Amino acid sequence: MRERFLTGYNNFVLPFLIGMVFILTYCLVCLFRILHQLPHEDRKRFLLSLVNPKILLKNIRDIFCDCLLHLKIWKRNKLLGYMHSSIAFGWFMLIVIGHIEVFLYVPHRAKFLYYPIFFRYFVAETESTLRGGFFFFLMDFFLLVVLSGIFLAMLKRLRSRMFGMRRTTNQSLLDTIGLYSLWSIFPLRLLAEGFTAEISGGSFLTKSLNHVFTAFLGNHVNMLPTWWAYSIALGVFFCVLPFTRYMHIPSEMLLIPLRNAGLKIRNARKGLAKVQVYSCPSCGLCIDACPMSVMKTHAKDTTVYLNRQIRRGNEKRIEEISDKCLLCGKCTAICPVGVQGDALRVAQRAMRNSGMDSVWKTSGKIAGTPEPPQSQGKTLYFAGCMTALTPSILKSVETLFRASGNEYEILDRDGGICCGRPMMTAGRTEEAEGMIRRNTELILDSGADTLLVSCPICYRVFTENYNLPGVRVVHHSVWLKEMLDSGALEIAPDNQRYVWHDPCELGRGCGIYEQPREVLKAAGELVEAGMHHKESLCCGGSLGSLTLNFEKRRAMTQNALENITAENPDVIVTGCPLCLNTFGRFADRPVKDISEIAAALLKSDCK
Amino acid sequence: MDFGFSISRSSTVNLDSVALENFTKLQALEPDALKCISCGSCTATCPAGKFSGMSLRKVIHNLQRGREKEAVEMLQGCMLCGKCSMVCPRAINTRHLIMSIHKIYGEEAR
Repeated sequence: MRERFLTGYNNFVLPFLIGMVFILTYCLVCLFRILHQLPHEDRKRFLLSLVNPKILLKNIRDIFCDCLLHLKIWKRNKLLGYMHSSIAFGWFMLIVIGHIEVFLYVPHRAKFLYYPIFFRYFVAETESTLRGGFFFFLMDFFLLVVLSGIFLAMLKRLRSRMFGMRRTTNQSLLDTIGLYSLWSIFPLRLLAEGFTAEISGGSFLTKSLNHVFTAFLGNHVNMLPTWWAYSIALGVFFCVLPFTRYMHIPSEMLLIPLRNAGLKIRNARKGLAKVQVYSCPSCGLCIDACPMSVMKTHAKDTTVYLNRQIRRGNEKRIEEISDKCLLCGKCTAICPVGVQGDALRVAQRAMRNSGMDSVWKTSGKIAGTPEPPQSQGKTLYFAGCMTALTPSILKSVETLFRASGNEYEILDRDGGICCGRPMMTAGRTEEAEGMIRRNTELILDSGADTLLVSCPICYRVFTENYNLPGVRVVHHSVWLKEMLDSGALEIAPDNQRYVWHDPCELGRGCGIYEQPREVLKAAGELVEAGMHHKESLCCGGSLGSLTLNFEKRRAMTQNALENITAENPDVIVTGCPLCLNTFGRFADRPVKDISEIAAALLKSDCK
Repeated sequence: MDFGFSISRSSTVNLDSVALENFTKLQALEPDALKCISCGSCTATCPAGKFSGMSLRKVIHNLQRGREKEAVEMLQGCMLCGKCSMVCPRAINTRHLIMSIHKIYGEEAR
């Protein structure tokens, strides 16, 4: 290998250099701003996590798997996964191998930022060696990989359904500029290296190209303009990057360590939330996932558009999008980069002043609230507001309690204090904390060792936000499974076909998927819905949405019902009184709570 | 002269003299405000009603009659649990209605 130019410099590297310096400065400034915005204890936690070898290893693994290989997208759709990883990993390898070449052949140039990028222009192959051939082959191979990814990306613009996507995001103007400059980088690189292939050498791709198009690529007059064009494409891409969706590339590398450090969103616009917003690649997977998208008018209320509006600072739309969401959490569950659409919205709602005093903000007892029932060593049952509207659940749970021989007390037989989650999701944190404080006192004063809840909304807040030392919180579907396993309850199966509807708060919210299915397998034949587990659809009745009215919810409920009855089950079974109520209005077949199924099938000696 | 008792003030509301600008604003924000038929289902199910006297039906009545202070006081016990929206035969989005009342009348009260 020999250098073609003594200076090792040509003016065409300038656009690339300007772009590179700009983006590096921009990212550094952003990094310091984000770290500055984090609350003190969060910052400490984050910095400490960086020196923890276990978390550090996880960070590196996650960055490799998520940012480069895009394994999460592979699991969703192979073609989409290949498209993303070919561009990301291929480009990464081009950069890495470029650096290796510089270090091997011209180590004194290693300090130049642009040398690995324009290696073939500055360095020529004098004699073909095996090592040189190997690197040239690798460079051409990964260039081909990236080019195939770019081709698929172009195809995706035309036929998104091939990639498993019904709807894709509408591009903004800057996104389009970023996209076209990204697309043009690699074909231009191929062309530029095709020109220099006969001088600097090349491999199967560049050299063959040079041979085939000798008339054009052999003409050295065109060589420098092509290298200029390649450099300009890079420069433009880097310069528009912070203002486009491609900002997700640097942001995601910060988001992964922040997430692994265990930080939570505390402010809708600062710190972690900001990193999440900028980590959104606008891939649009959340558009198809969102249960609201069943109506086309709601497609622009999905998380990808929330992130875009937050970037733009469009307050009116931010409010609208945040208030409309059902908070089912599906976008968070399927997001390949880990943007928490539901937490972002709740944080956004919490930024508002409720504008009014509330009895729950004050301390002290409120007259008329329930007294703690004496339940030393017993199970305390918190039915919750929604179960009070579906008394069949309450009745069945009591039947099961008596049959199992467990002693129990009911905390809110005559109405109690709400668990606080509806208040919290409405953004009224202070009031919610007041309710949580009072309920905590009640539960701890009762002396119970187990708290049984039959509403997933309550279950989630009890596990996430309550501090109940010595009290085990259990959802009734899990409790049922345990009772069946221990033999305290026995049920005689019938020949009905049951389908389990995963309530949002129970499945995606608390990760309980299998226990209720086990119970149903013991009760009869279990079939699955079209989309199930973490992909299940919200029933449409969610309290998460503040502004969706009844008519709009109906379309979602009917869509969810179509999904749940895909295998034509006899009975729809759920574990959430709200889902039960919502489905019950429109379903063409019985909708039951899991406790009702178990209570009806109890063996006679248990009754 | 103090007899130790007196005739209580008339509780008659003169609808002609009531200023309803805020209620008009409320309708713009949540059109469901006009849908209420005063059936009282919300009040019957309200868990907060038991200890705070909260009644959404009364709140709407009071607002329509310009008795904003009473309405706002009553809403302070609301837990936003959403039971009322489940039972409303007119499918009123009660939670949004309540939050809109907070927004409009709460600011007014400040």
